[in-house]
Amino acid sequence: MRPLSQQGSSRVIRPRLGPSVLHPLCSIFYLLLPAAAHAARIGDISDTNVWEQALRFFTFQDPSVRYALLGSMLLGVVCGLLGSFIVVRKMALVGDALSHAVLPGVALGFLWNMTKDPFAIFIGATIAGLIGTTVVGLIKQTTRLKEDTALGMVLAAFFSVGICLVTMIQRLPTGNKSGIDKFLFGQAAAISAQDIKLMSVVTVLVIVAILLFYKEFLVTSFDSGFARASGFPVQLIHHGLMLLLAFAVVIALQAVGVVLVSAMLITPAAAAYLLTDRMHRMLWLAALFGMIAGAVGAFLSFLGNNLPTGPFMVLGATAVFGFAFLLGPRHGVLVRWWQQRSRARRIQRENTLKSIYHVLEGRDFQGEGVSLRELAERRRETIEDARRQAAELRHHDLATLHEDGNLVFLTPAGWQRACAIVRNHRLWELYLTNAAQIAADHVHDDAEKIEHVLGEEVVRELERRLEYATKDPHGRSIPGLADMQKGMAPGRSDELVGYGKRL
Amino acid sequence: MNQLIPTFDFHRVLVAPWTDSFGSYIWVVAMGFLVTMACGLVGNYLILRRMALVGDAISHSVLPGLAIAFLVANSRSSLAMFLGALVAGIVTTIVIETIHKKSRVKQDAAIGIAFSSLFAIGVILISVYASKVDLDQECVLYGEIGFVPLETFARLGNITLGPPSVVRMAIVALLTVLLIVLFYKELLVSSFDPGLAFSLGINATVVHYVLMGWLSVVVVSAFESVGAILVIAMLILPGATASLLSYRFPVIMLLTVAHAAVSSLLGLHLAIWLECSVAGAMVVMATALFVLAWFFSPGQGLIRRWIKARLTEPEVVPSDAPLTGK
Repeated sequence: MRPLSQQGSSRVIRPRLGPSVLHPLCSIFYLLLPAAAHAARIGDISDTNVWEQALRFFTFQDPSVRYALLGSMLLGVVCGLLGSFIVVRKMALVGDALSHAVLPGVALGFLWNMTKDPFAIFIGATIAGLIGTTVVGLIKQTTRLKEDTALGMVLAAFFSVGICLVTMIQRLPTGNKSGIDKFLFGQAAAISAQDIKLMSVVTVLVIVAILLFYKEFLVTSFDSGFARASGFPVQLIHHGLMLLLAFAVVIALQAVGVVLVSAMLITPAAAAYLLTDRMHRMLWLAALFGMIAGAVGAFLSFLGNNLPTGPFMVLGATAVFGFAFLLGPRHGVLVRWWQQRSRARRIQRENTLKSIYHVLEGRDFQGEGVSLRELAERRRETIEDARRQAAELRHHDLATLHEDGNLVFLTPAGWQRACAIVRNHRLWELYLTNAAQIAADHVHDDAEKIEHVLGEEVVRELERRLEYATKDPHGRSIPGLADMQKGMAPGRSDELVGYGKRL
Repeated sequence: MNQLIPTFDFHRVLVAPWTDSFGSYIWVVAMGFLVTMACGLVGNYLILRRMALVGDAISHSVLPGLAIAFLVANSRSSLAMFLGALVAGIVTTIVIETIHKKSRVKQDAAIGIAFSSLFAIGVILISVYASKVDLDQECVLYGEIGFVPLETFARLGNITLGPPSVVRMAIVALLTVLLIVLFYKELLVSSFDPGLAFSLGINATVVHYVLMGWLSVVVVSAFESVGAILVIAMLILPGATASLLSYRFPVIMLLTVAHAAVSSLLGLHLAIWLECSVAGAMVVMATALFVLAWFFSPGQGLIRRWIKARLTEPEVVPSDAPLTGK
């Protein structure tokens, strides 16, 4: 392979991705080029203060800083976009296998002319990645091995070939200084102007492909059966996605490294998946998260001396995922825990109110206050439990406590809520017996649950359908809207004032 | 090219390891065999449970456990290493389960997130505390199996046993075999039919966590020799090759052991010839054996399938028949 000199390879490779193509697409990056001549590598910087390093990073004077940051952000965008599709397709670990499988391609691309020519490595790695995914498909089709085994095998087999080649290259006199080992864990500082050009071409390509074939990608990702029936070329789209994925993995190699590229594909996209239900929003979010993770990784690895970039980038992405996992507005674990807790406490309060209503009803709404003892007996609980619940009601302004907290008086709001809950319960019981023909002694448990979630509109509809009935299947009155608003016991409006108080 | 691939010298590659430098190479082969066997036996259960990639995840995520164990214990003691790896393995399993169960992220993505984060933490610890942690990135990636003979040999009384890592690996391998023999029924039933296992009173969760815990022990003892990533090859390739050759589980287990022996032996010779990473070469040979089985397996091989397809009557599909499958 050696006789192929540098000139030869550039003659072969360049016309494909020549300046004529690059110019219009990424003229902005050409602005950065003149400074590249004396670009210091981040790794060359000797021990300095962390704050000085941070300052140097944010002034962006150093071209290598600009390349590292720009490159990391570009790859974050590309990985986030494509990662979204593989996450929703449940193919997350295909990305892992693919990223390991590119290693022999990287090594062969390097051997092409014994330099880190980005284009040769790009082509070698893409081919190796595609062969890898094809072999996974073949093993799945022709043997009884399952997908996970096939993925694991291809990952390991290709990676071992790559490791053999890399160790052989490092044995060569020129190979030791090659920096090919940097492909394993990534060094954003090693990103050159040429890499940036390649990265921006791939970024544009991926964005254009997603814009053009958004519908196709979407349909095949979520419902491949429907897509096939509608005449979409499902296999072709799958292979196209794999090709783009291989591109993304390859441009990310330099900064993230072979081992951790898959994380950049999976983690930002999974975080976005937790935050939204719409694919286009997921794409935006994943690209944003990838970009943030890339920038964080580039920054943190710049702070220390010779730190690998990939792991920091991955941790940045994991931090974003952690936030989404815990605090996501709809699917966040903490948020859901809080919602469940407050719902459970609301139901507890409503059950207490209902018990108070029952106590009042039991003595025909004679007397206003309900003692803790009565409440505790009604609920078959200890006095202490009743006291705690009364305090909880008071805390929410649903009741006031008198006589050293032994007597509970409902506030207007508490009375209304109690009436509403009892009404919901009895209406539902009546509805089940009338409309669903369920025996009257079987409807209580169901009503116990539904009473807390019936909304006003449903209640109005139930009342209408039940023709404004006033008695439940057990013969007790159903409190109506009038009772609630007048703050009076049902059916006694002529005699009673207040919450069960006689005139 | 000549520099890259050394000429094949029959004597140097195939004869010398067994004559001149027998004393050192025998330990490399022994280590390779023990690692591949222990991993392969455990790996068979992973394949059956469709958890091959959980094995991948655990093999990556023992790294922070090891690094922290080094930092805390301040030595390379085996006990600290095993504990660190065990904890890391269990933590990985729990993290995967938590992400998978508590959110709508699917299991594959959960695996990817969990192991990559833990691995990243491990790599960062290693590079930040490079002076304190007796591990380097190369070792993490492809191990140092070639250095096994350089260790001071462990002794028991007057008997020289061999390099300590080989002795340790032999103990782990023996324990693996012992565990599998003792709990053969439990493992088999819970792998094939969790419902039946439940009705027989086998606690599938306990079996799962024991398997994961033992997997981390095996992985960590293999770690030094083959690194974090090639372990996955040792876990899956022997079992996958064996399951292409037989349908009987006991036979598959025996074939796994045979595969381990052959691949480590051939791998050593390949590594001597190409002067490359020994662990890498062993996996390359293991892959080659898999490819052979894939093509030439008497029952399920590609060639056998092809012949069978040729011999059977070609099916005439009426043009208006509904399309089935693909």
